Amino acid sequence: MRRYQRSHEPVVWSLFGAGGMVAAFLLPVLILFSGVLMPLGVVDSTALSFDRARGFAGHWLGGLLVFSVISLSTWHAMHRIFHSLNDLKIGARRLRFMICYGCAACITLGAGVLVLTLQ
Amino acid sequence: MSAGKPYHREVTRTWWLRNPFFVRYMVREASSLFVLGYSLVLLRALWALSEGPATYAAFLAALGSPWAIALHTLALLMVGYHAVTFLAMAPQTMRLEWRGRKVANTTIVAVEYAALVAVCGIVAAAFGVL
Repeated sequence: MRRYQRSHEPVVWSLFGAGGMVAAFLLPVLILFSGVLMPLGVVDSTALSFDRARGFAGHWLGGLLVFSVISLSTWHAMHRIFHSLNDLKIGARRLRFMICYGCAACITLGAGVLVLTLQ
Repeated sequence: MSAGKPYHREVTRTWWLRNPFFVRYMVREASSLFVLGYSLVLLRALWALSEGPATYAAFLAALGSPWAIALHTLALLMVGYHAVTFLAMAPQTMRLEWRGRKVANTTIVAVEYAALVAVCGIVAAAFGVL
């Protein structure tokens, strides 16, 4: 009986799809407020004060949200980078796979540990 | 009898430069780097929060530098393009049915944009606007 090798694609595609939603709905407005309007003084900086941000990330729901935004958008971006490098003929497939999804896994782990220490 | 040598068309690294459609595709792919970059900014913020008020204050001060503002503005444009193209793609990646009839592509995109406005409203409220 012939044995078929399972594709990694369904697993990473589900993470990619979920991350795409996060990246499309949340990231532009977050970048606009935290990276442009607040530093320019258009929006009051107390919104991201230490106590407020610490309280948000320290709550289980806020922590889960922050963890999801970081990890899912990373998986989303890394999945596209993995395929773009193929389009540009950069790197062997196995190496690209290890680097792209390895980095995504490390960032997920890092975000998870940080969120847990803030609880 | 020989089948001959099979023709194998060579793929160059610059194949996407020949057609504006493929250039837009590659710009869209490049926007993924900014998505990754911003998730690293968020990770950095989380680390600064865990270190304490002094490290977090330094992180906020770094966000105010002209370079940071310029990079975030570029990131806003690229991630904005990423988002618009992602929302436009949804009808092609999922087929929704409502009472046995296919939901029109324009309806799916309209619902997405309504949800986007709602999310933007919530974030704006969190930042004290609205």
